[in-house]
Amino acid sequence: MVGLRTRDLRKVYTSSPPFAAGGGFGVAAARGKRTRQPKPEIVALEGLTLEISPGEVFGLLGPNGAGKTTTVGILTTRVRPTAGQAWLGEHDVWKEQVAAKRLIGVVAQRPNLDFSLTAREILLFHGGYFGLDSGQRAKRADNLLERFKLRDRAHQLVRGFSGGMMQRLSIARAMMHDPQVLFLDEPSAGLDPQTRLLLWEIIREYNQSGKTILLTTHNMEEADALCHRLVIIDHGRSIALGTPGELKSSVPGGFLLRLRFSQQCPGLLEQLRCLAGVREVRLNDHSGADLYADRGGSLIGEIAALASAANLDLQDVNISEPSLENLFLHHTGRSLRE
Amino acid sequence: MNWKCFLAMLARDAHVARRNFFPLLLQTFLQPLMFVFIFGRVMVRSGYMPEAYKSLLLPGIMAISMVFTGVWAVAMPLIAEFQFTREIEDRLLAPMEISWVAIEKVFAGTLQALIAGLVVIPAAWLILRPGVVFSLRTPVSFACVTVLVALFAACGGLALGCSVDQTHIGLMFSMVLTPMIFFGCTYYPWSALNNFPVLQKVVLINPLVYASEGLRGTLVPQFPHLSLVAVLIGLTLFDVLLLATGLRQFRRKAVS
Repeated sequence: MVGLRTRDLRKVYTSSPPFAAGGGFGVAAARGKRTRQPKPEIVALEGLTLEISPGEVFGLLGPNGAGKTTTVGILTTRVRPTAGQAWLGEHDVWKEQVAAKRLIGVVAQRPNLDFSLTAREILLFHGGYFGLDSGQRAKRADNLLERFKLRDRAHQLVRGFSGGMMQRLSIARAMMHDPQVLFLDEPSAGLDPQTRLLLWEIIREYNQSGKTILLTTHNMEEADALCHRLVIIDHGRSIALGTPGELKSSVPGGFLLRLRFSQQCPGLLEQLRCLAGVREVRLNDHSGADLYADRGGSLIGEIAALASAANLDLQDVNISEPSLENLFLHHTGRSLRE
Repeated sequence: MNWKCFLAMLARDAHVARRNFFPLLLQTFLQPLMFVFIFGRVMVRSGYMPEAYKSLLLPGIMAISMVFTGVWAVAMPLIAEFQFTREIEDRLLAPMEISWVAIEKVFAGTLQALIAGLVVIPAAWLILRPGVVFSLRTPVSFACVTVLVALFAACGGLALGCSVDQTHIGLMFSMVLTPMIFFGCTYYPWSALNNFPVLQKVVLINPLVYASEGLRGTLVPQFPHLSLVAVLIGLTLFDVLLLATGLRQFRRKAVS
């Protein structure tokens, strides 16, 4: 079983970040017309230190542009770190690339299948790159095609596949050589709910055979359902680390009530803070408030009463139960989906 | 070095080439053979060109076919696979140094260029006969030159494929390959530029000159040609230069 470690990972891109990384960086500036301005520097990671145990399902959670794909890129030899180190088991990923690559299977955020080949050939040649003999290759390829429900399309070129089918085949390919560590970058993006459940089942099963899995997601439900531990990252920094349960219970109270009033009233915030069960109140924009509490709906009546006493209308209330989304909001003041 | 992995990638490229065999065949040979037919047969028989032009044309056509095939075989897949879809990713993640992925492409391209060159000789001979006079009196020199030409084509393909963007493929043909072919002593010997002394010196920076002249010297030595030593030095230098440039560009594209 193989674990992963990173120490003070830093990555600054001086050209456009690769594949999916950098969605939130505003890269467009780098592609402008030829100007004499210096190349823009895009900081993707700002000293990320992680320790992922062997056999763990570990999640990287964060909004677009948080540095998730860059972290996966560095751990899979595809991105050169500007500073810091990353290890796969005992191998320094950057210095011992071939040894590192033997241990890993990677599913990129966008399907990067070999368009010149059929589905089955993709698996067979991939097995060939990893030195499997032809008998093993054929057996594993057929099993995986069956498992991922791609058997009837096995002999078709992948060019005509739907997004979901490409994604399934990408995952099958990553598992083809039975890697010790599986990287899944947004694995369920674009999958229908049924296939997502199949994927979750396959991931759990793969993990039970002693393999380490690192997945990135901005889907709370997925992180919650699959990950033993997860780290929440934002702007290339770790902002919270723990089991999904630990992280959720670290949000004051657990419930989040997002309130919107007809106008701003700082005095009201003080009164809200004094309500039973309310742990924290924050001003949100001009006329809103985020209220963290250990109860939800039962507070509405009291809040409405306080608001009308202050001559304000309570225009909108949004109650969410304890979740990773609330945690992210609590730490960053922003929603994960923003 | 992981030879199993290298051979598996080579098998993949062979498989894809087999699948695209007929388009590849047309793409490689149609244009040069039409050229052979018009210039070597129509123009000669109608008296606009001397009979000897048939033999002079043969090495040039062979060089063009080889260079075109090698560049195409390496550059086009690389340009496509490094684009948005990043198809090359599975090979970059294979357990082998990434430079070897590029070297495998060069190796596969060299083989294709060699096959193209060796097929053109009998094909052109069939179209042009009778009247083609070529000899293989120095088979070792011919083999050396042919291999170096094929390698130059594939290394050129690597350097171009890793430097040119998909949107600039048309430009690559009109700005790089076409001038290279016309100023590459393919349709005329280098000595024909005696009356253009400046141009004669300038074209020496064109590696295709050494390719055409080398094949001319080893295939139809009855025509004036550059010395074999100059050809071997020129081709070797360009092979090394293009390979080094190509590998550097490849690594730069492969890792962010």
